[in-house]
Amino acid sequence: MRLGLVIDLDVCVGCHACAVACKQWNSSGTTGPLTDYDPYGADPSGVWFNRIRSFEVGEYPQSKTVNFPMSCMHCETAECVTVCPTGASYKRPEDGIVLVDQDKCMGCNYCAWACPYGARELDQASGTMKKCTLCVDRIYDEALPEAERQPACVLTCPTRARHFGDLDDPDSGVSAVVRERGGFQSMPELGYNPTNQYLPPRVQRPAQQADRPRASLQDKLKEWMARAITK
Amino acid sequence: MYPAISVIVFTVASGAGFGLLILVALFSAFGIGGGLSLGETLTAGILGLALATVGLVSSTFHLANPRNAWRAFNRIRTSWLSREGVFAVLFYPVAILYFGGLWFMGGTKTGALQGLAVLTMLLGVAVVFSTGMIYACLRTIRQWNTSLVPANYLLMGLASGGVLLTTVLAYTKGPALATVATTTLTLLAAAGIGKLIYYFWIGKPQGSTINTATGFTRAGVRLFESGQSGGAFLNKEFGYQAPISLVHRLRLVVYALAFVIPAVLVALLMQNGMDVLALLTVFSLLAGLAVERWLFFAEARHVVNLFYGAQRT
Repeated sequence: MRLGLVIDLDVCVGCHACAVACKQWNSSGTTGPLTDYDPYGADPSGVWFNRIRSFEVGEYPQSKTVNFPMSCMHCETAECVTVCPTGASYKRPEDGIVLVDQDKCMGCNYCAWACPYGARELDQASGTMKKCTLCVDRIYDEALPEAERQPACVLTCPTRARHFGDLDDPDSGVSAVVRERGGFQSMPELGYNPTNQYLPPRVQRPAQQADRPRASLQDKLKEWMARAITK
Repeated sequence: MYPAISVIVFTVASGAGFGLLILVALFSAFGIGGGLSLGETLTAGILGLALATVGLVSSTFHLANPRNAWRAFNRIRTSWLSREGVFAVLFYPVAILYFGGLWFMGGTKTGALQGLAVLTMLLGVAVVFSTGMIYACLRTIRQWNTSLVPANYLLMGLASGGVLLTTVLAYTKGPALATVATTTLTLLAAAGIGKLIYYFWIGKPQGSTINTATGFTRAGVRLFESGQSGGAFLNKEFGYQAPISLVHRLRLVVYALAFVIPAVLVALLMQNGMDVLALLTVFSLLAGLAVERWLFFAEARHVVNLFYGAQRT
């Protein structure tokens, strides 16, 4: 079993609800709290397992804003686990979830150096490394209704941009959607083989723009003169 | 990468310490170039052990949770950091047994002592090589992900050990001074050339870009917003980048302080009676290597920076 997330970049609106839900659930979860530094002060900062960056792709009018949520990719080749000297970082053989044993971590930051996706953040209060657990304390909790045994970020996403499932099973929903939509990995060239995949935005014609009249030769000459003079 | 003082002190001091101990074991056990007297061997040996210890202790200062530092020996099968720790811990009893044995025998070199010397040298090389591999094994930082890094760590460690041994011999006027100084000059030249190749190599554009990071490889991509209002761990740890003009000036400083000035002074130290220069040589070298190590971190560009505005690494 290889549990992971598939994130649809076509429908993500960048509302950060997944990041907030993640913070809320995990603050009291197995690796919580996610410490905040100076939360009500001038320069607030803190630990997050999930961060959303927005990118501008292409040039106007063929341009698009792409919101890119990133959390732990639960890589097949998890170098963060390989480099960990204490054995605090480990990858569960049964479902591929990468976790940090908070009782063993010495806070050397080495795993964060080895992670290309910025998934690991040091908690200065506990002195240990913290990261996305794929809500391991939710997805197996039999006290929860079966429909809620999903990571907090997936449950909360208002546009249903996030999908959770077993990427080893070719018949699972996540595998099917990756197949149909051409799901891809971030930085495949590094060879970490991340489990999480992203679905590219659907190809659309650029929005109709107001027609600009073709400039006449006289106007072009005038424009060229104006530019030449201001230089 | 953020250049942490504790890690700079760790790599420079332990590199010089282990480099010195490797050379002391070599020259004392096999009588090369006239050999080292018992006094010279023990002085240099204690100096080397002190430097290595200062370095290793300094490395624990960058741990956020040093209570668990003892667990760092747990993953020798996969982690170079673990291997470095294990080799360093194995090094001490072997080196102390060798120096103690030599002292106990009054300087007589038996076969067993020579065996211990070889073991000391091998473990010393293993420690310094592992230090280099800690950085070289990271695929996330292309400036480090090269075999030049462990090669440079070994060469700079041995060269700085050579400068320290030359300094000790300049004071004692030992018979091996000429041979040790010549070896040191060779090592300094090799380390300087190694570093030159490294600086050319990291100048070559390569590695991940914002396009491979976001998967949009057929259009221009730029960061629109990072989604956070303040700095966080990732920005603090990986965001630091030295201005390019400063980098170029500091590379000249590295060459002057760590390679050219020590080489000239070592050549002068070969003449007897120049021991006033000895301390100057050591200071110049250690200052140069500290700048070199600062640059090693400041020039490294982690791929996470692609998510904070960098177009390429």
